[in-house]
Amino acid sequence: MNLEELKKIREKAQRDLQLRQKQARIRIVVGMGTSGIAAGAREVLKTFLEEIGRRGLTDVVVTQTGEKGLASREPIVEVYEENKPVIIYGNINSEKAKRIVVEHVVNGNPVTEFAIEAI
Amino acid sequence: MNLVRNHILISIDSSTIMAGARAVERAFVDELLNRGLQDEVSVLETGSLGLINRGVVLVVYPEGVIYADVTTKDVPEIVEEHILKGRFVERLVVKEMPKQHVIKREKTGLLKEQPRIVLRNSGIINPESIDEYIATGGYEAASKIINEMKPEEVIEEVKRSGLTGRGGAAFSTGMKWDFARRAKGDVKYIICNADEGEPGTFKDRLILEGDPHKLLEGMLIAGYAVGAQYGYIYIRGEYVLSIERLEKAIKDAEALGLLGENIFGSGFSYHVSIKKGAGAYVCGEETALIESLEGKRGHPRSKPPYPVTEGLWGKPTVINNVETLANIPEIMRNGASWFRGYGTEKCPGTKVYTIIGHVATPGLIEAEMGTTLRDIIFEYGGGIKNGKKFKCALVGGAAGAFLGPDMLDVNMDFVSLREYSAVLGSGAILVMDEDTNIVEMLKNVLHFFRHESCGHCVPCRLGTAQLVKIIDRVADSKGKREDIDKLLRISEVMRDTSFCPLGQSLYLPISSTLKYFRDEMLSMI
Repeated sequence: MNLEELKKIREKAQRDLQLRQKQARIRIVVGMGTSGIAAGAREVLKTFLEEIGRRGLTDVVVTQTGEKGLASREPIVEVYEENKPVIIYGNINSEKAKRIVVEHVVNGNPVTEFAIEAI
Repeated sequence: MNLVRNHILISIDSSTIMAGARAVERAFVDELLNRGLQDEVSVLETGSLGLINRGVVLVVYPEGVIYADVTTKDVPEIVEEHILKGRFVERLVVKEMPKQHVIKREKTGLLKEQPRIVLRNSGIINPESIDEYIATGGYEAASKIINEMKPEEVIEEVKRSGLTGRGGAAFSTGMKWDFARRAKGDVKYIICNADEGEPGTFKDRLILEGDPHKLLEGMLIAGYAVGAQYGYIYIRGEYVLSIERLEKAIKDAEALGLLGENIFGSGFSYHVSIKKGAGAYVCGEETALIESLEGKRGHPRSKPPYPVTEGLWGKPTVINNVETLANIPEIMRNGASWFRGYGTEKCPGTKVYTIIGHVATPGLIEAEMGTTLRDIIFEYGGGIKNGKKFKCALVGGAAGAFLGPDMLDVNMDFVSLREYSAVLGSGAILVMDEDTNIVEMLKNVLHFFRHESCGHCVPCRLGTAQLVKIIDRVADSKGKREDIDKLLRISEVMRDTSFCPLGQSLYLPISSTLKYFRDEMLSMI
């Protein structure tokens, strides 16, 4: 064991702890109310988890929330980024979720064509 | 790599286990499996979240929502509502928590929040995972020190920090280490005193259950600084969970080469083992503890010689309390001047308390040295339960003093309390409201001491027996007026002539009771 090896363990385990420290750069919130789930929000959530896990992004948190009151646009996904307006996406499916990860989360360009509005 | 979106951290400590925490944990695992959520949500164990008497307590991240009084019946609802739909199960959500930060009262009267030192990881990390401890920066200080610093430099830094013993005696930790380092001899020992016997005190247990590696790292640094080869943790046998977690922590640290032979390739070797105590209060006294560790009956030794020159097996030995050692990794990682940013000039740092009794939110807290008793009760403890009036607080455990309303604004630190002949002791604060019967309270304390007196010296053996006879008489309304002063006189003689602190310290609870409640006691006659 030396300092380098210690650092390696540290970096690997830190990702788990990040979830408990509310320090994520980006927070992806999937609407999981009854209508969201009916419209396929579970699949969307899983896709986000897989994509972000696969890319090893350590500063992104995926979480769930309740009904937004926009049943016609479910599944709804909100992306929170520090110091930037919240982007709300509507009618998201697995394919669209993958594009959001690539374009918005990784490259920082919101996918405007999926967006409902920015608040 | 799988990305997990929720962590359910179930507080597994001795009291939540009794409330059924393991069953709730299993219910969560089953429920998540049923719903196919097992890859997205982790169920983990953690230490105390700081709540006491609230049944099974758990926290769900990333929201950080805390649920209490959870039973297995509530589990499907929490999974369905919170985990699946993102709606909190409001009826179980804890709204009033003991403070999770160290609060600082500024000159303007405003309160500022600071991160904790000793309890930094408690209730956040999984205490059984060395990786998670390392992720919080753990073993970094030890690694730097052993690779780059001389033992003398470490001692100098600890001295500069002003850290004093948190077991109650408040002796400078750096000085103690220095004495042991300079003492003649090749074999030296570090002992961690985890024989937390003071009634109402269980902060060390919660530190150990919540973050066992912090103690090990503290002991490792102490060992390197003093030049010791062995460390012993003398722990209460009843602390089953602490012992289990420490055993696992030692095994994991050895597997990574953080304990054992040739640590960090530096040539420094250090082994830690655990010794279970058999439950005698007197073994919390350091020389009695050493006797017990050597396999003898736990009787105190005469001092001098002090343990730093002739301790375990007659070798130079440092004995530090759990909380003292748990401060060390943070001091060495952040520096002495950072540590001095907490607390007072003469008494830097924080103190971990268990605040129990008639307060709204009893629990485990960490407060700055010098925080007033008022702030501890009303800011950390949420005030007196059911809107009752404050009567008094027993501070420092059974060997401590009763503090009345006039002491609410005294700074709680070792130096300030000494001026009022009170002690901070072990960090137990038992708050009593106006309806408390003080005679019954004192009776409890005196019975405890009679039971725990080891019988080694006459004043304590006979004194405690007489005190119990008198207080029983008074409590039965069969006492005489002179009984009240007899209590004081006997305890005075015990203070002056007893062999060890057990008999000496009884004067404090008795004299402080009489100071505030002489009339109440006389009304029982």
